[in-house]
Formats: sequence, C-alpha cells, structure tokens
Amino acid sequence: MSSQFNLEPMLELFCYETSQCLSELEQLILNYEKAASYNDQTIDEIFRVMHNIKSSAAMMLFNHISTLAHNMEDLFFFIREQDPEIIDYAALSDLVLEAADFIKLEIEKIKNEDEADGNNSLLISNIQDFLAYLQKNNLIPDLPAARPRSTSPEQYYISRDRGSILSELNVFKAKLFFEDGCEMENIRAYALVHHLKELAEVFKYFPADIMENDDSAMIIKDQGFELWFQSEHENRVIQDFFDNTAFVRDLDLILIKNPEELMQLEKEIEVEVVTSPDSLALSPEEILIPNTSCGQMALSSGKQSIISVNVDKLDQLMDLVGEMVIAEAMVIQNPDLKELELDNFKKAALQLRKITSEVQDVVMSIRMVPLTISLQKMNRIVRDMARKLNKEVVLEIIGAETEVDKNIIEHISDPLMHLVRNAIDHGIEDPQARKEKGKSLPAKVIIEAKSAGNDVLIMVKDNGRGLEKEKILKRARDNGLLSKPETEMSEREIFNLIFAPGFSTEAQVTEYSGRGVGMDVVTKNIEKLGGTVLIDSIPDEGTIITLKIPLTLAIISGMNVKVGSSFYTIPITSIRESFRPVAKEIIHDPEGYGMVMVRGECYPIIRLHEKFQVQTQVTDFTEGIIMMAENGEKTYGIFVDELLGEQQVVVKALPNYIRKIKGLAGCTLLGDGCISLILDIAGLSDDI
Amino acid sequence: MEETLAWLEEEDTQKGKFLTFSLGSEFYGIEIKYVTEIIGIQPITEVPELPDYVKGIINLRGKIIPVMDVRLRFKKPPQDYNDRTCIIIIDVKETDIGLIVDSVSEVLEIPEEEIVSPPEVNKNQNRYIKAIGKVGEDVKLILDCFKLLNDEEIEALEDIQ
Repeated sequence: MSSQFNLEPMLELFCYETSQCLSELEQLILNYEKAASYNDQTIDEIFRVMHNIKSSAAMMLFNHISTLAHNMEDLFFFIREQDPEIIDYAALSDLVLEAADFIKLEIEKIKNEDEADGNNSLLISNIQDFLAYLQKNNLIPDLPAARPRSTSPEQYYISRDRGSILSELNVFKAKLFFEDGCEMENIRAYALVHHLKELAEVFKYFPADIMENDDSAMIIKDQGFELWFQSEHENRVIQDFFDNTAFVRDLDLILIKNPEELMQLEKEIEVEVVTSPDSLALSPEEILIPNTSCGQMALSSGKQSIISVNVDKLDQLMDLVGEMVIAEAMVIQNPDLKELELDNFKKAALQLRKITSEVQDVVMSIRMVPLTISLQKMNRIVRDMARKLNKEVVLEIIGAETEVDKNIIEHISDPLMHLVRNAIDHGIEDPQARKEKGKSLPAKVIIEAKSAGNDVLIMVKDNGRGLEKEKILKRARDNGLLSKPETEMSEREIFNLIFAPGFSTEAQVTEYSGRGVGMDVVTKNIEKLGGTVLIDSIPDEGTIITLKIPLTLAIISGMNVKVGSSFYTIPITSIRESFRPVAKEIIHDPEGYGMVMVRGECYPIIRLHEKFQVQTQVTDFTEGIIMMAENGEKTYGIFVDELLGEQQVVVKALPNYIRKIKGLAGCTLLGDGCISLILDIAGLSDDI
Repeated sequence: MEETLAWLEEEDTQKGKFLTFSLGSEFYGIEIKYVTEIIGIQPITEVPELPDYVKGIINLRGKIIPVMDVRLRFKKPPQDYNDRTCIIIIDVKETDIGLIVDSVSEVLEIPEEEIVSPPEVNKNQNRYIKAIGKVGEDVKLILDCFKLLNDEEIEALEDIQ
C-alpha cells in the first residue's frame, strides 16, 4: 500500500503535518486570490503556517526547508506589521505557491527516503527581492533587523486553573545550554518545553519569547535557557528526560526545596499574572503576540483530533467486527439455550446486539472519506493553467462532500487532473474567441460528484468548444486508430477515440498536453477500479466527461433475497419494485421464457435459480417474488423465492481465484456469518 | 542481519515438513510452508459458473476464501462430508484457497533423501504430484500446490469467459 512509509514516527508525523500545513496554505492563497487582497486574518494564518513549517523542519534538521520558510515568514511578518499599501498580490501568491511546491517536493523526497536536496537559493533570493521591493515601495525603515518585539516584557505560560504551585510536587529549576552550532536554539528550547509538558508543569522560562523572537536564540546561546517547573516525577526521571533531549550540552538541574525560594517564585508568577493584563493594554502591538500564540496553541490541539491510520488496520478491524457479529449470533442463538426461560440473558443479549451493530456501523463509516481534498486540489491546477494559457476560467465544485472509499480516492486524483487539464487546454477557448461567439466570461469548469446507487459519478463539465468529430476522425485516421468504418461509428464511439493511447489532436507538444498519454491514463485508472468513462459533447456548448466508479469495498444498501438455500443481495438503488405476481400478469413466449405485465408494459424475467443453477422448491412465478430491477435503459424482473429484508452491506470482492463471474458484483457477509452474493444488475441483463 | 538469520531459521524449521491428509486410501502431503490453518467443514456458499471441483466460498473470520474439493479435483467419486472432513487453508503465491480433504493425519518430517520424483507413466496422470515421499513402509504423494490451483483447465475456463 502506498501510504505505508517505513519512517520513524517523528519523521512520519513531520511529513503528515507539513503536508497538512501546505494544503491549508494553498487553500488560503487560492481563496483570497479571488479577492485580490489578503485580510489581516489570512496574513496571520499564512504567517502561522510558515512558522509551523519552519519550526518543525528545523527540529527535523531539514535546514533548507526551514530557511525557506523562515524567509517566507519574514516577508509575511513585514506585511503583517507594516501593512504596506502597495502589494502585487498576484506575484505574492505565485511566490508563496512556489515555495509551497518546493517544500511539497522535498517532503515527497523525504517520504521516499531520497535525499531531500532541492536547491532553495533561487526561491529565497526571489523572496528577498520581493521583500526589498516592498520595503522600498512602502518607504518604511528596514524592519526585520530591528524587531520591536525584542523589548516586549517577559511572558509566562501559566495555567490559571492551578490555584497554587505550592503543592506536594517537586519544583525544579533547570538551566541548560545547547551544543554549539546546533542553530535555532529558540526552536529547540520551545520543543523542549513542549515535550517537558508531558512530564511536568512548566510555569516559567527565560528567555520567554522564544517563539516570537528569533533573537532569543542568541540569548540562549550566550546565557543559557532557564526554566522552572514542577513535576510529580523524581529528580532522576527529569534528569533522564534532559539527557535524552538532543543537543543539550550543559544541564544544571536543581530541586527547589527552600520554602523561601518557592514563595519568591510564586510571588513572581502571581505578579506576572496580575500585571500581564495591564501590560497588554499598553500597546496594541503587544496584544497581538499573546493572541497569536494562544490561537496557535488552540489550533494545534484542535488538529490532534485527527490521526492517520493505516488502511490495512482498518480492513483488519472490519474483518474482526464481522467475526464478532458471528460469534455473538453463535452465543445468543446457541442450541444449548433453547427452550430455557432466560429473561435476564435476553435483556443482556439485546444490549450486546445493539452495541455490536453500532460498532459495525462506525467501522464501516471510518473507511469512507469525502472527496473534498481531491477535488480542492483541482483549484490549483485550474488557476495555474488559466494563467499560463491566458484563459479566463473558474472552477466550480459540486458535491465535494460525497463519500467514497479510501482506496478509490487514491486512484481518482490522477484521472481527474488529466480531465481538468484537458478541459482547459482543449475545451475552453481564448477569451477573444469566447467573446466573438458571444459566450460568457470567465469560462466555467464544473466538477460534480454524486453517488448514484452502486456507483459514484464524477463529472467534469466545461462550457468550451466541445469535441469536434471531424478533427477526431481525421486524427484517428492519420494515426491508424480506426478499427471499423467511419460511417458505422456512433457519436460515442467517435468520442471514445480520444481515450485511445497515442491520440492527440494537438499538433504541438505543450507543457500540458499533446503527448497523447493523458486521456489514456484516465481510462486505464478508471478501468482498474472497475469503472467506466462516458463522454457527451455538444459543439460550442461544451463537453461532459463522466467517470462512473463502482463502490468496491464500500457500503451499499441491499435487499437480501433467498433462492433455495442460497442468499443473494440486490443493490437497493436498482430495485424499482417487488411483488408477488398473479397468474394473469405472467406471459410465456413460445420458447418458454417468462414475461410479466406491469401497468401495461411487458418486461422479461430472469429466473435466478435457473441462471445460477440452484436447487429450489419454488419454480412457479406465482409462488415466489418478482423484483423489478432497472439498469439504465433496461428493466427486467428477477424471480426469487422470498425476500429477507433490507440491510447495509459491505461489498467484498470475490476471491481472485474465482475471478469475475458474470452477473455477480461481489459478495457480502450477512449478520449470521452466511455469505450472500451481490448481483450485478447490469451484468445479468446482458443475456436478455 | 539478525532478521535475515531469523528468517532463514524459520525457513529451515519448515523445510522437510509435510502436512499429510487422506483421500480414500491414499495419503498425500503438502509442504508445511503453504499451510495457513486447518478448520472443520463449514457451510459453503455455492457460486455459479465454476468448475465442479470448486465448491464455492466460505467465510473465514471475515475473509472470503474459495474452497476446492480435492476428491473431485482428482476425479475421484464424491463423498458426503462428515465430522472427519477438514478444510486445509493454503496460501500459494498470495492466493488463499481451502482444500476439502477426507481427513488430516499429521505433520511429518521427510528427509530429502527419502523423497523421489514420481515415475513418468503418462504425462497427464501425475501432473499434481510433485514428488513421492517414503515414510517407513508408507508412501506419501506430495502435491504440487501451484499446479493444483492453476492449470490448463482453469485457463480454458477463463478463455470461455
């Protein structure tokens, strides 16, 4: 599985968090680019994201990432503090996105265990140039060198809910130096404080503004880093903690026993608590600092509500839950308990039943992920391409909340990207051409996702020039891709030619298209998922490409039916109705095939027991049930013995050894552990 | 380094060991490295359009596994399943499959020098037998699991589909 990195947990976390930060950043930029200006909040957000990346990259010793982020941070610091009036927002967005791309690439390298060796010097100099340009144009004295905050008062993070620190706990004072040349002392100190919080309650450290002020690194270097904390742990445990922290050179750990000293310390802290609101009121600029740091903390703790889990583990969990349900049925319906009056047992069993079914539901829903992230990524592609090709395009996303299985998400990003690129490159006309045709500007690309029964439909629509049949045919002729006479080809068949490998109507190979691989990739990937690609196009009105992807491994609602001793599940969305027919509705044709009249229309019937060669007592139509199933244009009846009821089922693929069987979409486990085969309504109808 | 050693050791402990089972009067052996587990006979769900020796699929702790009746595979007369009937779950090249056999006997160690190639009687007759192991007076037919699962018949079936 591709998501399985064999990384150390720290590194994995770093990659995960940084990727999160980057996508957040990208989203921010794209959202506000439309508004053509950043509000204060956005600038703060970007600043915060860059800061996070910088700190964690520095901690993981990825210096080129951290220096880049650092430069970016400087830039936004300037923008935030000085609020320059003249900003070229487009250039700024480009710059940020470029930096984000660079970091993304590096993260990819790290994930693949390659050397993360990208060269950031060009980017950095670009950023610095931009900053210099801003400074010049906004006529403000050189800033980053003289940060006003270095003079801000000491600040302490104190948990206010603690009444007193004078408790049974041990109070320590520690002073330490970091090894020479380890750089970013302030960040390391922050990390240390952060980790120490797991063991102890840290109530003061000096210098206190380690996160806000980079100059504090110098202070730590020269004077060491001092901290006061209390902990229920012994001296030894604390000592161990420091010994195991990287780059700590000299450590002076003192257990404070002297009551006077404690009093002094407490007083000091109390004073700080009392005075801090006053000092905050002094200047608005200083208020900003605690605010951001608070926000930062709240946000980072908020993020921890999401963890990434290996999909394998989820599969395992789902299998186990299935097993549990079976075991439960075995206990409750145990033959030994038959004919016993067990009121209390029954009550308890009912309770168990309820809980297991809830567990089952939750486990099933865990695997489902909304398409949001995959679809949001397209925003970036549309933006970049529209700029490069000088076209005016907006992207509209509908139904991003549609949930699909995790496995599917991984496989649709690429095809989607190709489709969107294709739509913009080939479909959408130049603004000039659009104006001449009297079409609206900007052009629109719509990605719409929705679930339709067994499938998820993802449609990429554009209102561009549409597919030109003649051009496609000509190209196919030239490349020898035609497999049958042109006159016999339906419109769809002609359109489908664009998915042939090596097909491209573009004479020239551009950055985005022309090599004739893109659309081929789309079909390949979608077919791998067992899906199909459909094209509809109207000249000058646009093209709609529909990806129809089955929900393999997803949950469907199905109707369980019984034929003989076998169970089958019919996807509920393809069922139109079900009824027990009366003799006069049934018609037999000369070959003996049955048909049924429903409201004046005649439909064929498939006898499931004949189709699947199952022994059953019920062979007369009037004794069983006819389920009317529909698939696209075709509607037909399926003759079964009896209905068992509706159930949410997990679609499992049939084992590889058995391969694909016509008429079966997979199988599922019923509550009692029996296997039920899921019917493929489209496949079954092929014989009619 | 250590891992490799451990792995080699494990390979080593499995080498030369065979799970033996009976079909009628004959005894067969499967290399132990293929065997995942042995379970009693289970309710089997029939699946249409399969060769007769593939009886269907079973649910093994949430995993769907196809089962093959080895009797039918060897064109022996079918026999009703009883409480001695076992399903041996084997894993051959990532494919899990259950083999229905009359009964499972034991795990035997057969030294390499006691294993001989099957006689070349007829090309088609011995195709599932990889070798013959001699244990005292008895003879165990050692199965070629790979051929058991994949041969021309299955391929032919695929072609039809």
